Amino acid sequence: MSNAPISVHLDDQIVRVPPGTTVLDAARAAGIRIPTVCYHDHLTANAVCRLCVVEWVGSRTLVPACVAKVQPNARIYTNSERVRTARRVILEMLASAVDLSEAPELQALLAEYGAHPRRFGPDAVRREHGAVKVDNPFYVRDYDKCILCWRCVQVCAEDVQYTFALGFNGRGFDTSIATFFDRPMPETTCVFCGNCVGACPTGALKGKREYEAAPVGTPPTHGASNVVPAVVRSAPGR
Amino acid sequence: MSYQPVLTARVGKINPTSLSDYEATGGFQALARAVELGPQAVVEMLREAYLLGRGGAAFPAGIKWKAVREAPPPKYVVANADESEPGTFKDRILMESDPFALVEALIIAAFAVGAERGYIYIRGEYPLAIARVQHAVNACYNVGYLGRDILGSGLHCDLEVRKGAGAYICGEETALFESIEGKRGFPRLKPPFPTEYGLFGRPTVINNVETLLCVPPLILRGPDWFKSIGPEKSPGPKLYCLSGRVRHPGLVEAPMGTTLRTLIYDYGGGVTGSGELGGVLLGGAAGFFVGPEHLDVPLDFDGLRRIDAVLGSGVVMVFDTSVDMKVVLRRIARFFRHESCGKCYPCQLGTQRQYEIVARLAMDRLRPGDLDALREIGQTMRDASICGLGQTASGAILSALDRLGYDEMTGRFARFNGR
Repeated sequence: MSNAPISVHLDDQIVRVPPGTTVLDAARAAGIRIPTVCYHDHLTANAVCRLCVVEWVGSRTLVPACVAKVQPNARIYTNSERVRTARRVILEMLASAVDLSEAPELQALLAEYGAHPRRFGPDAVRREHGAVKVDNPFYVRDYDKCILCWRCVQVCAEDVQYTFALGFNGRGFDTSIATFFDRPMPETTCVFCGNCVGACPTGALKGKREYEAAPVGTPPTHGASNVVPAVVRSAPGR
Repeated sequence: MSYQPVLTARVGKINPTSLSDYEATGGFQALARAVELGPQAVVEMLREAYLLGRGGAAFPAGIKWKAVREAPPPKYVVANADESEPGTFKDRILMESDPFALVEALIIAAFAVGAERGYIYIRGEYPLAIARVQHAVNACYNVGYLGRDILGSGLHCDLEVRKGAGAYICGEETALFESIEGKRGFPRLKPPFPTEYGLFGRPTVINNVETLLCVPPLILRGPDWFKSIGPEKSPGPKLYCLSGRVRHPGLVEAPMGTTLRTLIYDYGGGVTGSGELGGVLLGGAAGFFVGPEHLDVPLDFDGLRRIDAVLGSGVVMVFDTSVDMKVVLRRIARFFRHESCGKCYPCQLGTQRQYEIVARLAMDRLRPGDLDALREIGQTMRDASICGLGQTASGAILSALDRLGYDEMTGRFARFNGR
């Protein structure tokens, strides 16, 4: 396959990028911002949040920019009405189900897209998990804040640590991140490397000391979502 | 109705546990013929016959087979027998009543694409089908239709029966692969498609049971015969799963493109309940409702696409005007909420919110803005979900509101007893 750059139409500008470039990277190269939530530069892209969807002319559905690779002469609209509706509704549904109080990036997106999470009514079921899990000396798990971005699962598995302590429980709306049979963390393969804590974008995972020092709901002092997990700050709670 | 059934020719006529019965009624002649013709010719026959997948997506089977045939080994063939679409029962009947036909068809598929291993993934709720197909596989090993050097042809093929554990999502082809691999049944991102990256990451042909069962008669009678049945762009015999408020519900084999009227009034003996047709759900929970004005639309992939409906897996679920349509819709919404796998946000969250709104609809407690939200959720799931589950989870509900006489002002389905 030739490595000669290919041209794609992104929002009516023509962008030349190497073949195999994702739509997200092509957009970045052209100075176009596409919002992402689950995506992380150093992790496998799973395209689960669908916030990065774009309109690719000729495609039946919208296409996730983080995994879709550009094709020669593709016409892609990154901010059309259809795209903005999908993003807004996803954000509304997410914010109506999950505690985003410690996720400033998501709050900014909610404002940017004019999302109204309360449209689903005061009785819209929230994804609640009961008490914060404090089962080890290093970090706590507050799954009411979990948006199921999968980053913790990935850093625990093939993307970084190969410990495989984290997986999934339940399904659909009731899906949750969990250990095998919901065992307390010390009874799992967890080695307390802290990578999951570093990768969590919403404060669902945090160092125990941080959790004990600040009341729940305190905005984080660091941009956790941009921490590169492999060089995450020293093991939390040490 | 001079049509002679092909796919169900043996159903109820032979002992499904008897290999000799199967052979006495033409069984394994297609395999012998396929070996004579060679793999290339078999793939060409499928392409020429324009055999479209019967599982719901209507993808041309010949294109899958050709792509995998041209791919390097190892590769796999898989029968998708995780028949879980509400209202679908065709594959169950075929597997329970003619299990050797599925085994023969899958051996032909393996031969044609150059695979030496295949899987039959049957939903766990089908214990009799599992037992019958497993018995057929065992019997075929015993006489040399499976294993090494089949019938002295130099062809090797091993087949394994796998049971699903009750998840609708595992009928989605890539989630089915994950399940066979021992993982949680999450659908994969496509592309890459199964023909390139399928089971165990290898090129894989995966076909629905009915699609596979079209293959042996197609090989014996040829593509011209196949194309002589039904419309040009969507040919062949078709199994329709007729259920709901009809006098004679059941499995109907008819030419592709049979009209709804013929199915309901000729095969089905007419509408029961109030006796008046209210609406028909085509394609199952993942399909669309159509009203009585579409009685003369041909039920084939092409014809239904033109009226924004789908044939899907062949579900024709009939509702008379005495049905409480709102309760039907709530049941459908609950189904999708229950079966969403939870991988992508639109479906994971949307099926819950959709259910909440449809539950209010059923209780006549809709709030201002609910219907707008329902439509936007539907659009978002259709546009942005990873797989077919989320993409189709709103179709039946929104089509019922749009086509079955729902009045937003009064909040009633006028046609259905004024509810």
